[in-house]
Formats: sequence, structure tokens, C-alpha cells
Amino acid sequence: MKTKRGQGPEKGTGNVSRRDFLRGAGVAVSGTLLVGESMAEPAEASGQARGPGEVPVTLRINGEARQLDLEPRVTLLDALRDRLGITGAKKVCDRATCGACTVLLDDEPVYACTVLAIEAEGHNVTTIEHFSKGGQLHPVMKAFVDHDAQQCGFCTPGFVMASIAFLKNHPNPSLEEVEKGLGGNLCRCGTYHGIRLAVLEAAKTMTAQDEGGSIHG
Amino acid sequence: MERFEYASPVSRKEAVGLLAETWGETEILAGGTDVLSRMKDYVSTPKRLVSLKRIKDLKGVHYAPGHGLRIGSMATLREIKVNTYVQRYYPALVDTANLIRSQQLHSMGTIGGSLLQRPRCWYYRLGYGLLAQYEGKSLPPEGDNRYHAILGNSGPAYFTSPSTFAPILIALEARVELLGPSGSRTIPLEKLFTTPTKTGEREHTLHPNEIVTEILVPPAGGIRSAVHEIRQKEGLDWALTAAAVALHMKDNTVRSARVVLGQVAPVPWDSQEAAHALVGKTLSEQVAEAAGKAAVSEATPLSMNGYKVQLTRVAVKRAVLQAAKGGA
Repeated sequence: MKTKRGQGPEKGTGNVSRRDFLRGAGVAVSGTLLVGESMAEPAEASGQARGPGEVPVTLRINGEARQLDLEPRVTLLDALRDRLGITGAKKVCDRATCGACTVLLDDEPVYACTVLAIEAEGHNVTTIEHFSKGGQLHPVMKAFVDHDAQQCGFCTPGFVMASIAFLKNHPNPSLEEVEKGLGGNLCRCGTYHGIRLAVLEAAKTMTAQDEGGSIHG
Repeated sequence: MERFEYASPVSRKEAVGLLAETWGETEILAGGTDVLSRMKDYVSTPKRLVSLKRIKDLKGVHYAPGHGLRIGSMATLREIKVNTYVQRYYPALVDTANLIRSQQLHSMGTIGGSLLQRPRCWYYRLGYGLLAQYEGKSLPPEGDNRYHAILGNSGPAYFTSPSTFAPILIALEARVELLGPSGSRTIPLEKLFTTPTKTGEREHTLHPNEIVTEILVPPAGGIRSAVHEIRQKEGLDWALTAAAVALHMKDNTVRSARVVLGQVAPVPWDSQEAAHALVGKTLSEQVAEAAGKAAVSEATPLSMNGYKVQLTRVAVKRAVLQAAKGGA
């Protein structure tokens, strides 16, 4: 599918490395920043078809409203990566199977490759960038590092997002629950063993932090 | 994917008004997990996509004693799975949701979409049409048919019905409510499915300008039901074969039975033979085995899918035994 690239700064903007980017430093985005905009339902007259050309779409990503002009066929993943330079969610299968593009839509895990950007209007989109603000790693991320839960690393952001979503519903999971619960994500390197250990470890850390009253995520 | 216009009506009636009278012009967008993939592959190229996501009264799972379960077509698999009444009275539906091994699909996928998703036949998905023909000739019989139908496959349809939820819902005697321009109609769920006989026909009886509004499942008191799938892998994938069983029992004797197979025929396959082998019998491993054997007695496997006959036989046996135990 064709989406326009090069509207404003893209991934790898300026001298910001991918790693710096993932640490949340120097994120440059295209589109208008509308901090504090209320979460209104799409404003168009009910039932009126929009497109097929570009139409104004307001997305709320990691708490910030962004205005874009998009064709209805643009997926949320392409809008994030190609139009906003938010590249944590990865494009792999592009067919709702591998999980590399996992983001949260109103706190529920979804495949961003298979949600239209225009459908995400009026909903909160949370990407992995949200969970590493100021260089501080989320307990799930730290556990992935500690358990060597990645090899090439391309599936990792999706697995981290899926794990965060999974742990919300299963704060104290068994190994079998982790295995089944993360079935919506694939790792071609086969690092599943490390990933499962990491999720079990993160569950313990997060439960302990909860009991200690500290905040995560 | 091709360009299209997008509509997101807020009422059922409005949605129907936005759908075209002929196939190909418009498509319904529910969870999107199938239709958007088809559009990316140019298998479906609608000029307009009609999203049902903003129609509030298509959501929700409701239970009323004496009436049973009413599932809005846009209820997500997660909503169904976590519903207290579903868990208490229809545990086989929870098991069915868990067969779809993806928390992302639980958030995105809807029950209506599970019923109306299109077949996985790779010829269809590669653009040879639902009947998988090239220059007037059917491709599956002499091609790679390892995942194709073993029942109801006398042609020209060789694909299999992909729905994970249809077999168990049919076994539980569910009905679907459809809404079109001239009003609503309610049909037994099995009547939603049909085997196409010529190009241009679909595997659903839904009209191009109709939507599924609700799935109605009767009270399940006294029914023991279970699903069993045999799969190539434990992760996210469609099963190789699936069996759903619902039994009315008195003591240990089967009063009536419904055995519905998935992934083996162009429609969810309601096996009269298997049901027959169960009714009036006292349940035992031998009786369950006989039901499995009966389920595939009419099977006509293609060149590469004979293995599905044996797998289906075993799936039925296991589903019957699981149901007899009170479901699992």
C-alpha cells in the first residue's frame, strides 16, 4: 500500500539514533501538536462517507493529540511509522499475525497493522515509546534485558507491549499461561524461552512494586 | 490496498443504508482482522468500507434466564470470554475463544466477524476466486489440497469453513438476527452458511446490504457441550480439524446430540451420522469412538488430505468424551 513518506521529519531524524529515540530523547514528529485536546468522537456528520482522498484525522498518541491528513486506507501502523516518525511498533507480517506492531488501543493490545488510523480516532493509542520515558526502563523491558529475551530484536517491542498487556490481566501468571497468553506474537529467532522467563520475572517485580506503592508504566 | 471511502454510522439502519445491493461494491468492517488483510492482498476491493464500531447497540453480551444469551455481533471475543454468564452457563464458548491464541485478536475480533470471515483457501487468497478456478478448471483437486475439504467437496467448492465459533454455536442451536433494508429476519445459524455452486456466489446467505445484528443462544440448562481442535501448532493458527458437540443427557444416556465439524467442509458440517451414533446410547469410550467413525463415514478426501479423515474421527471422539464429562 502506498502512503506518503517524507511529510516532515521521519524516523532517524537529524542525529538522533534509534537507541536515543527509544529512550524518548529528541522525538520529532510531523503533524500539529494539540496537547490537552479533549477526546471527542469523530466530528463528521453521522453516516457520511469520508475519503477516498485525504481527510483530517486526529489521533491521540501517548497522551498527545496529533492532527494528520490521511486517506482512509492508511493503517494506524503506517501513520505512526511513516507520518509521525514513531517507529517502536514494527512492520513485519502486516497481516494481523506476528504481533511486531502491537500497540494499546484504550489499554487493549491490538495489531496496529490491522487497525485503520481513521478508526483509532476518539481512542487512546499507547506505543512502546510511552513506557521508556526519560531513559527509565519499564520492569518488562528490564526483565527482557536481564533474561536475554531477544536476539535480532525486531519482534521485541511487540513482545514487550504484548507482555505489558498480558500482565495487566494476569498479574501472577504460570509458565503455561505466559506461553498461551503470548501466542499472538512470533519470534523468528526463537527466543521464547528467555521471553517467558522475562515475563515471569517482570510479574514478580511489578507485584512487589505495587505492594511497595511505587508506580510503573 | 486500493483506495476506498470510509463510513462509520452510529445506527443499525444507517449502516444498512450505506451498504450496496450487490457484492463487491461495499464491505463491512467489524474487527477488521480478515477484511483488511484481504484488501491488502487485493482479494477484496470495495469502493466503500462501512464500519460498525460506533453502533453502540451492536455491542454487549446479555443473559436472561429462560431466554438465554444475546450476543451483539460487534461483541469482541474478550467480552464473550470474560462474561460471567458465558463462563457459568456456556463454558464451551470460553474454551472456543481460548482456541484463538492471540490476546490481540481477543481485543479486535468480533463474534460477527468470526462467523463472516472468508475462507483461508490459498487459491482464493491468491486471487483465483472463491471457487479456485483457472481457465474454467478447479485447481484444488489436482493441486495442493492438504488443507481443503474432506466432506461436501463434490465441487466446485473445495475450501473449508474457517469459523472457530460457528460449529459450537450451531451445536448449541444458536440463531442469528439479520437486518436489511426491508427489516430484520432471524434464522438458525446453520442457514447463514451455504456451499456456492457458481462463480459470484458466496458461502454466506447474508445479502450484500444486510448486517448480522445479534447471535441468540438458547438456555443451555442440561446441555453438556465441548469443543476439540486438532492443530498443527499451539500458537495462533486455524485448526486442521475441529469438532463441537452438544449433548442432552439423561443420567448417562444421550437423549439428543448435535455434532458439528469445522475446517472440513465448505460449511460448518452438521454430522447427522455422528449424532445418530450417539442418541439412545449410554456414553462410553466405544460409543464416542463410533460417533467419530460415523462422522467421517461419508468423507471423500482429496489427493493430499486423507490425514484429515483420521484427525476428524479423533476430534469427534475427544469432544464427545469431554462433553460427557460435563464439558471442559
